[in-house]
Amino acid sequence: MASKKASRRGFLKAGAAAAAMSAMQSAGAQAAVPQAQPQKSLKELVGYGERSHFVTSVRVPVVERPSPDQFGLIFHVLTPLQDQVGSITPSSLHFVGTHRGSIVPDFDPKDYRLMIHGMVDRPLEFTMDELKRFPSVSRVHFIECLGNHSRPEYTTVQQTHGLTSSSEWTGVPLSVLLKEVGVQKGAAWVVSEGSEEVKGAGSFRLAKAMDDCLVAYGQNGEPLRPQQGFPLRLLVPGFEGIYNTKWLRRIKVVDRYYMTYNDYGHIQKDEEIAALTFQWGPKSVITFPSGGQQLPGPGIYQLTGLAWSGGGAVRKVEVSTDGGQTWKEAEIRGAVHPKAHTRFGMNWKWDGQECVLQSRCIDELGQVQPTRAQLAQHFKVTPDYYKTHGVQGSDNMIQPWRVASDGSVHNAIA
Amino acid sequence: MRSLRGLLPVMILALCHAAWAQSPTYGLGRTPSAEEIRAWDIAISPTGKELPPGSGTAKEGAQLYTQKCAACHGTTGSGGPAPMLIKPQSASTSSGPCVAPCIREGNVMALHSPYATTIWDYINRGMPLSQEGTLKPNEVYALTAFLLYKNGVIQEDDVLDAQSLPQVKMPNRDGYALPEWKPGMPRPFSAKP
Ligand code: HEC
Repeated sequence: MASKKASRRGFLKAGAAAAAMSAMQSAGAQAAVPQAQPQKSLKELVGYGERSHFVTSVRVPVVERPSPDQFGLIFHVLTPLQDQVGSITPSSLHFVGTHRGSIVPDFDPKDYRLMIHGMVDRPLEFTMDELKRFPSVSRVHFIECLGNHSRPEYTTVQQTHGLTSSSEWTGVPLSVLLKEVGVQKGAAWVVSEGSEEVKGAGSFRLAKAMDDCLVAYGQNGEPLRPQQGFPLRLLVPGFEGIYNTKWLRRIKVVDRYYMTYNDYGHIQKDEEIAALTFQWGPKSVITFPSGGQQLPGPGIYQLTGLAWSGGGAVRKVEVSTDGGQTWKEAEIRGAVHPKAHTRFGMNWKWDGQECVLQSRCIDELGQVQPTRAQLAQHFKVTPDYYKTHGVQGSDNMIQPWRVASDGSVHNAIA
Repeated sequence: MRSLRGLLPVMILALCHAAWAQSPTYGLGRTPSAEEIRAWDIAISPTGKELPPGSGTAKEGAQLYTQKCAACHGTTGSGGPAPMLIKPQSASTSSGPCVAPCIREGNVMALHSPYATTIWDYINRGMPLSQEGTLKPNEVYALTAFLLYKNGVIQEDDVLDAQSLPQVKMPNRDGYALPEWKPGMPRPFSAKP
């Protein structure tokens, strides 16, 4: 309490000094040195910076459900991909997804614990400080919600693709922690669980847990944002978003699938569709020009977008500006990390004619991003099927944008 | 190819097991007590092995439902602001827009969930909304029995407890597949370049 008072007094003093200084300056050398009045709080100017008020890009709720809803729950919130540059999503604009809508919990990291138990030799509980005494890794990965699907009625890339984001995550490999507790013979799955009000939990295979999962406390150089699981979350790279348990409090090593509520939320009877559901395929989307944008007229533009894959690194991105008849390799503009958003782009000269733009991703496993027509052919349905049904598995279909001759850009999936 | 694919994970598993059977490298962390583990150990396996003692019937559940659930889920288990829990007798006269995740008719948990344990687990961890964790085990057994009875899965006087709950024959018991997964594995469908 005493220290709080002292610091508040310190803050007031600093404020008074700043005010006195600017008063002196404006009284003295009149218009000689233009002196901007500090309009912003010292908290922002010195403590924690905000973006320019000219930058207004924001997240919006998904079309299907308001956030907050009538129960005060935040459900799925879309990141504004159309406004982003590079390949990292600003932490404050990272999409939000919670299987059930959620109230953002407020955990004091001092009291926070992660428990690992079940089929292990030594059940253990770690504080945040203890977790930071393990060797850390920082890796760039996307997280994408299974709900990220394009529909003909969606108009912008935020609506068609806004449930994916990419960050640099810092934490301890789950495999290191699992070795520390000693996984027993017969173990085959893990259940991870959050500490928020609904204690969201899900199961996935031990082979994945031992491969590249991360118990993360950092995001883009600072602690996780509360909506992203502060103080601790799980990263299950390349798998659908729901596996990336936020507010992680517990990992139980088990011998079988648990069918928790989160697991139940995405069950698929068909084995092939189930496999197409849990791991993301190669995917890409053009973010400029994209739905809802307006080209001022013919001429040169930077066509750009993002590509990623749950199967590994992006090997190549191809772009078609003639509705898929011919394809040209785009430039990769930035770093390529496995299971991470990768920026691509190319010079593009628009001749003022109507055209359809699309991109396709080819990943390091050689997987090629399909069109809806190719998927329809594979599953022996007519393309009309998707007017009334979602695509089989997670939606990594090619996204076409139609540029009309007046320069307006529209969603062109049928 | 097929047989090799089958063998490889076994070999990898064998290798991994040898590697895992190690003593701790860092010696960090503290051993939780059996009591602390039990308090957090709330994910219920389909075998029901984490279920606590207690029991309940649909009759008991009906009362609890009216007191603690009906305000959000509707007095008949449908038509409320929260998702449908009981499939209506007659095809529902559209209860307005269905917010995501849209739950209706054949999709209600008692009919769609492959295991009754999932329902018990979710009510126990997540309901009633904003008063999570307040239900006693007997109440959760009773509410689960009520929802299963009202959807025609069990009889009105069936008693649910740690033994009988995992035995309930759920209509969608085989409604899910568990694909294999190995590092570097492609998905089963990809376009041709
Ligand atoms: C304050 C409102 C409220 C109360 C009271 C409430 N629920 Fe809910 N319940 C919800 C909401 C909202 C959801 C959906 C959450 C989501 O997924 O967005 C839900 C979801 C559920 C589900 C999952 C449905 C599905 O198919 O996914 C079950 C089961 C459930 N509730 C059971 C109960 C029971 C049993 C009670 C009484 C003990 C109860 N609820 C009381 C609001 C409530």
